[in-house]
Amino acid sequence: MAVKSIYLDNNSTTPCDPRVVEAMLPYFHNIPGNAASRNHPFGWAAEEAVDYSRDQIAQLLDVDAKEVIFTSGATESDNLAIKGVFEMYARKGNHIITLETEHKAVLDSCKKVEKMGGEVTYLSVNRDGIVDLEKLEAAITDKTILISIMWANNETGVIQPMKEIGAICEKHGVLFMSDATQAVGKIKTHPKEVGVHLMAFTGHKMYGPKGVGCLFVNRKNPRVKVTSQMDGGGHERGMRSGTLNVPGIVGIGTAAELARLEMDADAARLSALRDKLQTGLVNKLEECYINGSEEHRMPHVTNISFKHVEGEGLMMTFNQDIAVSSGSACTSASLEPSYVLMALGLGDDLAHSSLRLSLGRFTTEEEIDYAIDAIAKGVTHMRDLSPIWEMYKEGVDLDAVEWAAH
Amino acid sequence: MAYSEKLLDHFKHPKNVGTLDKTKKSVGTGLVGAPECGDVMRLQIEVDEDTQMIKDAKFKTFGCGSAIASSSLATEWLKGKTIDDALKIDNMAIVEELALPPVKIHCSVLAEDAIKGAIKDYKEKNA
Repeated sequence: MAVKSIYLDNNSTTPCDPRVVEAMLPYFHNIPGNAASRNHPFGWAAEEAVDYSRDQIAQLLDVDAKEVIFTSGATESDNLAIKGVFEMYARKGNHIITLETEHKAVLDSCKKVEKMGGEVTYLSVNRDGIVDLEKLEAAITDKTILISIMWANNETGVIQPMKEIGAICEKHGVLFMSDATQAVGKIKTHPKEVGVHLMAFTGHKMYGPKGVGCLFVNRKNPRVKVTSQMDGGGHERGMRSGTLNVPGIVGIGTAAELARLEMDADAARLSALRDKLQTGLVNKLEECYINGSEEHRMPHVTNISFKHVEGEGLMMTFNQDIAVSSGSACTSASLEPSYVLMALGLGDDLAHSSLRLSLGRFTTEEEIDYAIDAIAKGVTHMRDLSPIWEMYKEGVDLDAVEWAAH
Repeated sequence: MAYSEKLLDHFKHPKNVGTLDKTKKSVGTGLVGAPECGDVMRLQIEVDEDTQMIKDAKFKTFGCGSAIASSSLATEWLKGKTIDDALKIDNMAIVEELALPPVKIHCSVLAEDAIKGAIKDYKEKNA
């Protein structure tokens, strides 16, 4: 059976749902207005579309539409939340707590905050990728203004104990921000239910378009404000200036509505397929390790290390047919293996050997069957080529070998 | 990353994969790299004692596509060369032949080191 182009990299981006594309199309030419043009029907039509989308998103999150700020994507939302809170609450304190396993958009925003005179604590996670709540609470000082913890991890799919973190934030009067890019639209993400005050996400991880995202900003109890990082016409209640991306906003709104209606069915179907994929590989191959908690994990993701096989080489055995990603150093410009997997306590060798398989709304069972075979064949081929697999099979203690590190 | 046709061919159809008997006096083994660095290359040569000609070469590599292709190419080049000529193989020749991108140059360095390691091992055994 020749299945072509199987996409198992939905954590990097999802294909836009055709229904989303269809909803967006009129807003490129037929309805071209600027949502800020208050004095003619072109502007009114655009504004109406934006309001409608804001409602769709508010419904998905169970928040007030006024609490939804449109941005260009999750990276911008993360930047706005972290730097914006740091500047706005400078009189209250200058300390932020986050995790080592956060996305670079959060980590690099925190680095910038440090350059601006802030202090940041980067907490480690346990072997499962989950924050230690006691350590978190102990890290809070009277200068702490913000705790930024992602809802679900992009590499492992591990979900953090949001409610418990929210309770700690509430107890200490600290704002809780969450990069929920990987979670929104895939599992229930109601910020108010768990005590999240700021939440960043994007369209293109939930079958919407690229180039549009949101920041949820809590308006009541507490009323949260962020200092704008983009100055101009005072759009989005002054928090994010710039002409609104109307087609994109229509797209993310439609995607949000589809997610609200189809999320449960998608999650049930995908977790069954994900389990089939994971079990299929583990049953066919020795020495596979699942990275991160399996219990607290997104339904569509698995991250597996295939010992003594290097991830990039492995991907090359099937990347004509199947798209996945790897925590191997060879896939990154830095030549360092995934810092997320390293933070879980994996050795470098297992981090180099990892594949992230992320399914999506358009993944079929036939594709999963094909992928199990192709990946298993790839691993076997690469192990036949691998001197350390041979040594392992001969019973050589690899830790005792004096390697010529380079 | 887009790789050259030659590189992909060596990756998909690697030449001379395997293991020579390292206990034999005529076999030299070079093992370079480290698992935590993401690549380990083992290159072996079997040398004709009289002519000092490399009559067989085998490799096994744990690593990315470029590392596997570099070692496959190295074994092809080694066969039929005298060990003195083999020592002249320069990593940049591998870079050129496979059109390795700059971030993968270390794979060619590893291959050169593996060649040198195998020859050194052979010479030590036969000193």
